[in-house]
Amino acid sequence: MLPPLLSMRRIKKSFAGVHALVDGALELERGQIHALCGGNGAGKSTLLNILMGFIQPDDGEIFIDGKPRRFADAKEALDAGIAIVQQELSAVPFLTVAENIFLGSEPRWHGFVDFKRLNRQADELLVSLGFDIDATAVMDSLSVASQQLVEIAKALSHRNADILILDEPTSAIGEKDVARLFKVLRDLAAAGKGVVYVTHRLAEVFVIADAYTVFKDGACVASGRTADINRERLIEMMIGGALEGEFIKENTPGETPLLEVRGLSRAPWFTDVNFTLHEGEVLGIYGLVGSGRTELLDTIYGLYGWDAGGVTMAGHAFKGGDVDEVIDSGIAYVTEDRKRSGLVPTASVGHNLSLTVLRRLQSFGMIHFDEERAHIERAIRMMQIKTSSVDEVVSNLSGGNQQKVVIGRCVLTDPRVLLLDEPTRGVDVGAKKEIYRFISGFAKAGGGVLMVSSELEEVLAMSDRILVFRRGKPVAAIGHEEATQKSLMMAAL
Amino acid sequence: MIVRRYGVIVAFVVLCILVASLCQYQVVRGEWSENSFITPDNLMLILYQISINGILAVGMTFVIITGGIDLSVGSVLAFAGMLAASFATRSTTVTPWSGIYVLAVPLVAALLAGSACGWLNGWIIAHFNLQPFIVTLGMLLAARGFTMTLTGANPISALSPAFRWFGTGKVLGEVPIPVVIFVLVFAASWVLLNKTVFGRYVYAVGGNEKSARTSGIKTYRVKIYVYALAGLLAGIAGIILSAKTGSGQTNAGASYELDAIAAAAIGGTSLAGGVGTLSGTLFGALIMGVMNNGLDILGVESFYQSIIKGALIVTAVIIDPSRKRAA
Repeated sequence: MLPPLLSMRRIKKSFAGVHALVDGALELERGQIHALCGGNGAGKSTLLNILMGFIQPDDGEIFIDGKPRRFADAKEALDAGIAIVQQELSAVPFLTVAENIFLGSEPRWHGFVDFKRLNRQADELLVSLGFDIDATAVMDSLSVASQQLVEIAKALSHRNADILILDEPTSAIGEKDVARLFKVLRDLAAAGKGVVYVTHRLAEVFVIADAYTVFKDGACVASGRTADINRERLIEMMIGGALEGEFIKENTPGETPLLEVRGLSRAPWFTDVNFTLHEGEVLGIYGLVGSGRTELLDTIYGLYGWDAGGVTMAGHAFKGGDVDEVIDSGIAYVTEDRKRSGLVPTASVGHNLSLTVLRRLQSFGMIHFDEERAHIERAIRMMQIKTSSVDEVVSNLSGGNQQKVVIGRCVLTDPRVLLLDEPTRGVDVGAKKEIYRFISGFAKAGGGVLMVSSELEEVLAMSDRILVFRRGKPVAAIGHEEATQKSLMMAAL
Repeated sequence: MIVRRYGVIVAFVVLCILVASLCQYQVVRGEWSENSFITPDNLMLILYQISINGILAVGMTFVIITGGIDLSVGSVLAFAGMLAASFATRSTTVTPWSGIYVLAVPLVAALLAGSACGWLNGWIIAHFNLQPFIVTLGMLLAARGFTMTLTGANPISALSPAFRWFGTGKVLGEVPIPVVIFVLVFAASWVLLNKTVFGRYVYAVGGNEKSARTSGIKTYRVKIYVYALAGLLAGIAGIILSAKTGSGQTNAGASYELDAIAAAAIGGTSLAGGVGTLSGTLFGALIMGVMNNGLDILGVESFYQSIIKGALIVTAVIIDPSRKRAA
């Protein structure tokens, strides 16, 4: 009986008195794809950082193939055969794909970089993985999805990588690429490697993983084979209680049109988009990554102008390309990537929350601090944001709470229409539910929601109507009743 | 942010104690009859000596918080100062308008010139989306050129006493006018940065420009205004320098931008943007002033002063407790 490929037991770690891990454990067999699940703050990242050699555990043991090991730094972990693909892409944008893949271990020729070998080896690797990516392309020119695939190739380029850790690998890639990725993972498992797969997307766990481990409050609370449980049970283990239903939908769409989009086009992103958003309605926009959904929202919001068509809000036609007129007419936008365009990471929670509404809280340029304070507290209450204080730097919050801060900021302006782009990306189950509750409540109170999502279940459960996008064109409009996973996917592909 | 600020204050206090002790040590050795460092005259002298740099550093702080940098403030100071001097001279031969003298003219001219240079910096940076380093470097060279064209590289001297009051006058018997101006500039700027919507926007643009734009902030305007402010303050500093020295010099203010950046950096302003305080910059300027002053009293030659100043800046940034350590 072979020892497990990786065994971590009784791992403890504290940071300045905060117990991040009290009983971390993970057992990974050879040839196994092992899902690691748990809410934000449950300790998964800390455990993986210890495994990767980034930090040292306070206590506990790590065994590789039955032999006890310690990793003093990242290089030792790499040499021991552990490779990780981080959630946050860390590619060097102005180097090529091949240069990124072999960064730090470039093939040499008498001290110079052997570019011919570099490109050839990168090409061979990409072909063997089935990734349709040009090894000489500059990283920056690739889509986010392709960049992620390159990162995976990079992790796999270490010949002796026995243990591959993937942290939320599918959060930014579309269905087709997910299928390709899964094939690669299965091939790796068949070749005897072990894969640790961290994800919030529980449906994927049952598609790809053989085994699971659930973390909660810094400890491993459950593990076993995925064949033995179902999704509901998994969620219950993660939140430690029975699930009443993870989506919340209590609104009924009204008749009054709020936002009308007619013949909107912006080359090369999208053409001839038509729809009407009514009061009290949640209009979902579903499509693969790259189908122009984010660009559509950016354009409606006024970050860019359009080539043709028009946008009207409650009878008032926008001139386009002006964010101010859009905000003033009551539209708020929660962007796709909170780190890039949603939050100001150096500022406090309070300052982030009040940022948009601030212009209404002044006289002669001077801020009305008590009014601001009242607004901030209102947002924290409404969104149930968990933070130690209003002055806490926002980058210290968990992903779910950060997302709530962005939504909270938008909500303080009392908008009538909310544009949401992947509102629950990178958010744990508990916070997701709170966000769904908020969306439902907003629509119930008469607001209109335009929600872009690539999570099939989310879009199905939350939307009254669903617009399906394919390569920049709306190809179908499906109502809540008729929509099924199959019909949506068929329209989108 | 709080830790950042207190760190600078502690460093300042420690430095003062160190310098005072060294000066006291000299007293014990019998070289002077009193501790030359801790006297009201000397302390006021320190404030006087840091006034110009302090004013420049205030403007620089705004710019750096937005994630930019302004290398032109020294040259803009010289240009504004030379322009002011040209309107304040009693001699009739230096520029076409010499000899015609009303106090308001040199002041307004200098302020307008400084603001215009700053506004131009900001507009080019915002409109063409260029790196502030390069644009303000260009202005550094161009403004120096403007300065020289005014008088064909000749200095202007014999300035009117009314104008000179701005550099050499005192109020309340003891307090030099430049110190008063610095205090006023500091107070007004502190209110602007901490109590107004604009100040909040400055931090937002520096912290994450895309997020600021999505939040409805006119980032374009914010950027132009901070550079215009830096230019305006360089204009004020230019007036003070010309008034103080009694002449307009073509090489005035050379390298002043570096001292301004140093004061802001020591004070905890991050060159990455989004972080920094004016009180931190104040203490940064004070630390540099105390160090210069102390070394002067102790008779250390000026080249050693430069070495110590360089080491001080690097040390201050290294021991900054809120600096992110590399993983």
